[in-house]
Amino acid sequence: MRVYAQRVGVLSGGLLFPALSMADWGVNMTPGVTGTSNDIFNLHMTIFWICVAIGVVVFGVMFWSIIAHRKSQGAKPANFHENTMVEVLWTLIPLVILVIMAIPATATLVDMYDTTESDIDIKVTGYQWRWQYEYINDDFGYFSSLTTPADQINNRQAKGENYLLEVDKPMVVPVGKKIRFLLTANDVIHSWWVPDFGFKKDAIPGFINEAWTRVDKPGIYRGQCAELCGKDHGFMPVVVKAVPEEEYNTWVAEQKEAAEKERQLTEKDWTMEELMERGETTYATNCVACHQADGSGAPPAFPALKGSAIATGDMAAHIDVVVNGVSGTAMQAFGSQLSEADLAAIITYERNAWGNNVGDMVTPKEIFDYKNEQ
Amino acid sequence: MSAVAGTHAQDQHHGPARGFSRWLLTTNHKDIGSMYLIFSFTMFLLGGTMAMVIRAELFQPGLQIVQPEFFNQMTTMHGLIMVFGAVMPAFVGLANWMIPLMIGAPDMALPRMNNWSFWLLPCAFLILVSTLFMEGGAPNFGWTFYAPLSTTYGPPSTTFFVFAIHIMGVSSIMGAINVIATVLNMRAPGMTLMKMPMFVWTWLITAFLLIAVMPVLAGVVTMVLMDINFGTSFFNAAGGGDPVLFQHVFWFFGHPEVYIMILPAFGAISQIIPAFSRKRLFGYSSMVYATGAIAMLSFLVWAHHMFTVGVPVAGQLFFMYATLLIAVPTGVKVFNWVATMFRGALSFETPMLFAVAFVILFSIGGFSGVMLAIAPADFQYHDTYFVVAHFHYVLVPGAIFGIFASAYFWLPKWTGHMYDETLGKTHFWLSFIGMNLAFFPMHFLGLAGMPRRIPDYALQFADFNMVSSIGAFMFGATQLLFVLIVVKCVKGGEKAPAKPWDGAEGLEWTLPSPAPYHTFSTPPEVK
Repeated sequence: MRVYAQRVGVLSGGLLFPALSMADWGVNMTPGVTGTSNDIFNLHMTIFWICVAIGVVVFGVMFWSIIAHRKSQGAKPANFHENTMVEVLWTLIPLVILVIMAIPATATLVDMYDTTESDIDIKVTGYQWRWQYEYINDDFGYFSSLTTPADQINNRQAKGENYLLEVDKPMVVPVGKKIRFLLTANDVIHSWWVPDFGFKKDAIPGFINEAWTRVDKPGIYRGQCAELCGKDHGFMPVVVKAVPEEEYNTWVAEQKEAAEKERQLTEKDWTMEELMERGETTYATNCVACHQADGSGAPPAFPALKGSAIATGDMAAHIDVVVNGVSGTAMQAFGSQLSEADLAAIITYERNAWGNNVGDMVTPKEIFDYKNEQ
Repeated sequence: MSAVAGTHAQDQHHGPARGFSRWLLTTNHKDIGSMYLIFSFTMFLLGGTMAMVIRAELFQPGLQIVQPEFFNQMTTMHGLIMVFGAVMPAFVGLANWMIPLMIGAPDMALPRMNNWSFWLLPCAFLILVSTLFMEGGAPNFGWTFYAPLSTTYGPPSTTFFVFAIHIMGVSSIMGAINVIATVLNMRAPGMTLMKMPMFVWTWLITAFLLIAVMPVLAGVVTMVLMDINFGTSFFNAAGGGDPVLFQHVFWFFGHPEVYIMILPAFGAISQIIPAFSRKRLFGYSSMVYATGAIAMLSFLVWAHHMFTVGVPVAGQLFFMYATLLIAVPTGVKVFNWVATMFRGALSFETPMLFAVAFVILFSIGGFSGVMLAIAPADFQYHDTYFVVAHFHYVLVPGAIFGIFASAYFWLPKWTGHMYDETLGKTHFWLSFIGMNLAFFPMHFLGLAGMPRRIPDYALQFADFNMVSSIGAFMFGATQLLFVLIVVKCVKGGEKAPAKPWDGAEGLEWTLPSPAPYHTFSTPPEVK
């Protein structure tokens, strides 16, 4: 069925657009790499062909009338205007067709809702405008942000192959395992979607939604946030790397080690230069979307940091804004999103970059103490 | 309204007053109908201009013309203006003009309220459009204004948006009350309910839908207002509220709303197809029952807009089945139109062209609707360009073509002149080609995985987006031709007879063209 449907799809696409049947002119859904996405693809093709069949019959009669029953051809109108038999028939036949469609759809849906007996649980949290992935069985997690440079977006540089669909740290999953996703959001509603997996689920603040997948084939799969979530809704891609199990296990071990190192960073003694250096990169991944690389912001929604009262004023107030956010505005509470080292680096950087010459610094340890006092 | 209501009084009110006060103070259904139609077309051009900005930005990947903040304002305002400013008022305008003429009534039942409900609209849209010039910009959360994006994270202008929606709602409810009062009380003697023209029937049912759901919209925007300004937490999870509640309430309004935008078009098409087929409408009573069934079912399907929010599987199945059921009465309507054309004597003047295109393209939108109703498949389609293609297929060749078909059909009655048939057909064909070029490739984009409401996209979507933009520019530019056609028709042209279409039936064609300022002061007898 699937292969047949694909062939017909490609064939009809090729007929409709002879010169254009290249990859970029793909006209159909692709079957994907999970059982669910294959089921959905089959459902999609079945319904599509049923619709085509109905369309051919209905439009066929219509075009027949348009061609054969023209007044200009001397057609004389018939007199009939009702027929109970026919009317009952064309109420019942569509009903039967719909029931036929609904049966496989119900089976697929029930299967999609069965999130029990998972091998791995990953918590996905939507933020404006990136994703956080937490491997809750293994106690580590990280953020995944867009890496497409602003220069490519603003047409100052040629666009790369995976333009807008590339991230710094993709989600990594093993193939052949049932992965359960727990989806939520920190601010507004987002929606986590990888077309090749065949499901899309909203990440809603205050709710935890469940979904599952089992990836059949190793590879890199790309998707995007599918629910309007503000300014950079178009710039928060989802990238998932599916790898063989051994590779996954090695990766998990590395991640756990790195998480441990991150915790040690808090204890380390930092110099101003180290903090500034780390701050520049961390600022670039976490802050530029709103406050811009040169700290000029986009007032009034996103204030400038260059020369701002907060970034050049009292240190405690500055820490408070970054750690706890500003309620009622787009400024998020970064305290739970970033490590102490990153928070300290960003704050130090903001106070000493772009001509903000406050000259002071805050260490990760101080941030740690600040958070604990709250 | 007896026929001898004092000759003196009639002398005083022979024709319309002069100057601006005629329009400001008028209670005449024809004047108010004209104002509604002109207003809605103005809004159509304004909303269309925003669509052009959107398509211009999406012409190529990358950010060229506008920044994401402004892009989101454009998509939001385009949706709001088209739904509340262009489509709904156009149908109210047609109702004002045609319902009294079709049922043999001298005017609408509540003429002063009629004036008030029209003049509220320009006020509401003045407020809405002014948000574009406010600090922080216009609403940028989509026409569906999902919380908490519109509440905690909304721009300061959201409060003005809420107020504008309230005023539009008041206007719509008053318009609906007026239609119901007119249809139920002012039909000519002998016109039983089952003898009413289909346009009157569909509008009567639409009016009940409006009265049922506009207060729900008012409720949800009020909750948004309270969350923003009065510290409540209806939709704020941090305060114990529920962001999903917003979607339930909004779509309880929103789904009947889409039928509000299409049922009157069904009615108009049911007038036009028989006229140019020179054959009675097939299955009149099943048409009426089908319309009623669609209206009833429209209250039971709202959560099919929310398949991905995590509705429990039982709820998911209920809403999937209920949604599929709507295809049955909708199918009946399409079959009836085709059966009306079958073995008729067809001719293809501009109204008929728009009507035939309506049936075909609306059916395509219906097919994609059935596909979207299949919940598991919707997990792929949801919030992609497939959905954008779907609802533009039901709204542009559905609602908008229905309005154009009606306008061409009744223009001779309104103005007393025939419109320019060549220009009319040009308008049709350019619109038809432009519209399909703009919206058909969106199906492909959605299936390939392009989410909606994004200002920039990955490179594999570039080709079809460019095609779509070209089609959209073509469709947009073509609409200026309609202005020319109407202006030409108002100013002059071939004199229109009382009944310019030989197959047309109904009381409106018993009146001279143009219809006199006061009509049916003495009710006609319907046998």
